[in-house]
Amino acid sequence: MSPGVLDVDAMLSDPATRIVVCCGSGGVGKTTTSAALAVRAADAGRTVVVLTIDPARRLAQALGLTRLDNTPRVVDGVGSAGGGRLWAMQLDMKRTFDEIVEEHSSPQRSRQILSNPFYQSLSSSFAGTQEYMAMEKLGQLRAMGDWDLIVVDTPPSRSALDFLDAPQRMARFLDGRMLRLLAAPAKAGGRAYLKVVGAGFTLFARILTKILGAQVLTDVSAFVGALDTMFGGFRERAEATYKMLSRPGTAFLVVATPEPDALREASYFVERLNNDAMPLAGVIINRVHRSAVPKLSGQRAETAAEALEEMGDQELTAAVLRIHAEVMFTARREQRITARFTKAHPEVALREIPALAGEVHDLAALRVVGAALAGEQ
Amino acid sequence: MPATDPDFPAARLHIVTGKGGTGKTTVAAALAIALAYGGRRTLLVEVEGRQGIASLFDYPPLPYKETRVAVAPGGGEVLALAVDDEAALLDYLDIFYSLRRAGRALRKMGAIDFATAIAPGLRDVLLTGKVKEAATRTVGGKRVYHAVVLDAPPTGRITKFLNVTAEVSGLAKVGPIKTQSDGVMAVLRSSQTAVHLVTLLEEMPVQETIDAIADLTATHLPVGAVIVNAARPSLLPPADERRAIAGRLGVSRVAAGLELAGLDSKTLAKPLTEQAMEDAHRYAVQDESRARIQALARSTYELPLLPGPIDLSDLFELADILNAAGVR
Repeated sequence: MSPGVLDVDAMLSDPATRIVVCCGSGGVGKTTTSAALAVRAADAGRTVVVLTIDPARRLAQALGLTRLDNTPRVVDGVGSAGGGRLWAMQLDMKRTFDEIVEEHSSPQRSRQILSNPFYQSLSSSFAGTQEYMAMEKLGQLRAMGDWDLIVVDTPPSRSALDFLDAPQRMARFLDGRMLRLLAAPAKAGGRAYLKVVGAGFTLFARILTKILGAQVLTDVSAFVGALDTMFGGFRERAEATYKMLSRPGTAFLVVATPEPDALREASYFVERLNNDAMPLAGVIINRVHRSAVPKLSGQRAETAAEALEEMGDQELTAAVLRIHAEVMFTARREQRITARFTKAHPEVALREIPALAGEVHDLAALRVVGAALAGEQ
Repeated sequence: MPATDPDFPAARLHIVTGKGGTGKTTVAAALAIALAYGGRRTLLVEVEGRQGIASLFDYPPLPYKETRVAVAPGGGEVLALAVDDEAALLDYLDIFYSLRRAGRALRKMGAIDFATAIAPGLRDVLLTGKVKEAATRTVGGKRVYHAVVLDAPPTGRITKFLNVTAEVSGLAKVGPIKTQSDGVMAVLRSSQTAVHLVTLLEEMPVQETIDAIADLTATHLPVGAVIVNAARPSLLPPADERRAIAGRLGVSRVAAGLELAGLDSKTLAKPLTEQAMEDAHRYAVQDESRARIQALARSTYELPLLPGPIDLSDLFELADILNAAGVR
């Protein structure tokens, strides 16, 4: 049985669809896909905001993302007479983190936290901060309620699963026992805590001090002390967003290319969504090669090219046939790789997007991609 | 025959970066093989826990141990190592504090994960430290590896990853970790190191390459070569390629050739010609990208597109090309 075809237009025009999350491994075209979906949905009459993570410069310009103020801005030239409009924003993870701190603590406290060196490294380089802040921003946009559809691009991590796992990992870290224990000396003001936590931890604290220097632990203590009111909040927030994503109004789209690595990641992700009973809408396979002349096989084209090369004086036609053979061989290889995926996941709806000759950096090109996503080609 | 690549004659530590999807692991592997030609021993290192090297060489996941993965023409050999950050921290604790056993206990507590988490710079110092150690290791006054090739993080993160001194500046001001990072930085900034950038002939990877070169240069890290991967040789004769790019390839000429080859020119000539013209756009993009790379005035190597999935024989083919281009 062949898998179903992903009906993007039905998904986008269904008012019950409130969130579309585009996931996939790095370099498969997630950002372009999210932007194209958002433009198409707005043109079809929906009030859309697209949250991009790290768009290429010219794509950002096409979306009017010239001001990086972590706030959605209206995109001119998109929408419909029926009221469709598009907003776009690029995630600023540090700023998003700062805003959470500011929102949840007194001005004095938040100044303390924001200037803490440990906080600064946590908010700008902790593995998973970007994913956590993307989730956080998504939660905020949803809570604002100004849009009836939110399209989310996910951070360019190695593994597509990071988007789902990193926020909880980070929340566990922030709410975790380890961090509290490290902060304990500052709070207890003495060494009594050592008895409670045991020798292993003492050793750990000693080694940490040796390696990282006493200053780091002092910073950690100060940070934990200042953040005290927010503890528990991190995990709660991460869990709330995760739950929101598992409700029916969300549609996960897994983006891939017909390459083994990208489809392996897509497989992991599909399995994970199934396990967690999260709503998978389908898989988009970008950059698929197809020939306009499938009836002429690659082998026949190659044989004919060889014959013409022997005859001489027919370089043009020989080259045209060799180009065709190359396209056919590439297409066949891609089909084999894709078939491996569809055999493992026969229930998953697919949409293949043909490889484009140029790069996508204006609204017209995004609309072309959108049409391809909807199967209009 | 020159003993080393004339473009970076003293380089022993080759750091390979590139935008995601440009094939930097493949290029790093081919480079490690090319540098092992003529009876030399090289080490290929990965640091991102992906086990990309193992799958490329068709090996089971690599242990944290230098393992031979290939032999090179002339009796050379390539070893590989997947550096794991936990294991690197345990090593470090063992070397500087004789704390191997305690380290294991810490691992059970999840403390190692924690330590590298609260100080992200620590992780990078440990990883680059391990690479530096291998690159400078000697036995009996002789270097163990002719060259070490690092399959490094992608261009977006490379400068930060390599700029370890700045990364740990917030950490201990004295003590082993400071000494360690200063030692690593000294090697990374010396002529023993070359940071190579892998790119495709496409707009975005080329832009990232240009940006990364600017960042690396500003940080005083030695930029090596730009390695173009997956370049497609043009199949059309030059004059026809120009016509194809301009969208003016003659259907009738193609039709005449198809007749000669005994193919149905009536139904085939037009779509095949159009397909060739569409394909020519990619050459045009390639040519533009190539011109931007040439404007950088860096030494450049070009590797062809191979019909994947890449296997060991492909790696040798790419290594041959690098070797013929002067990589030793």
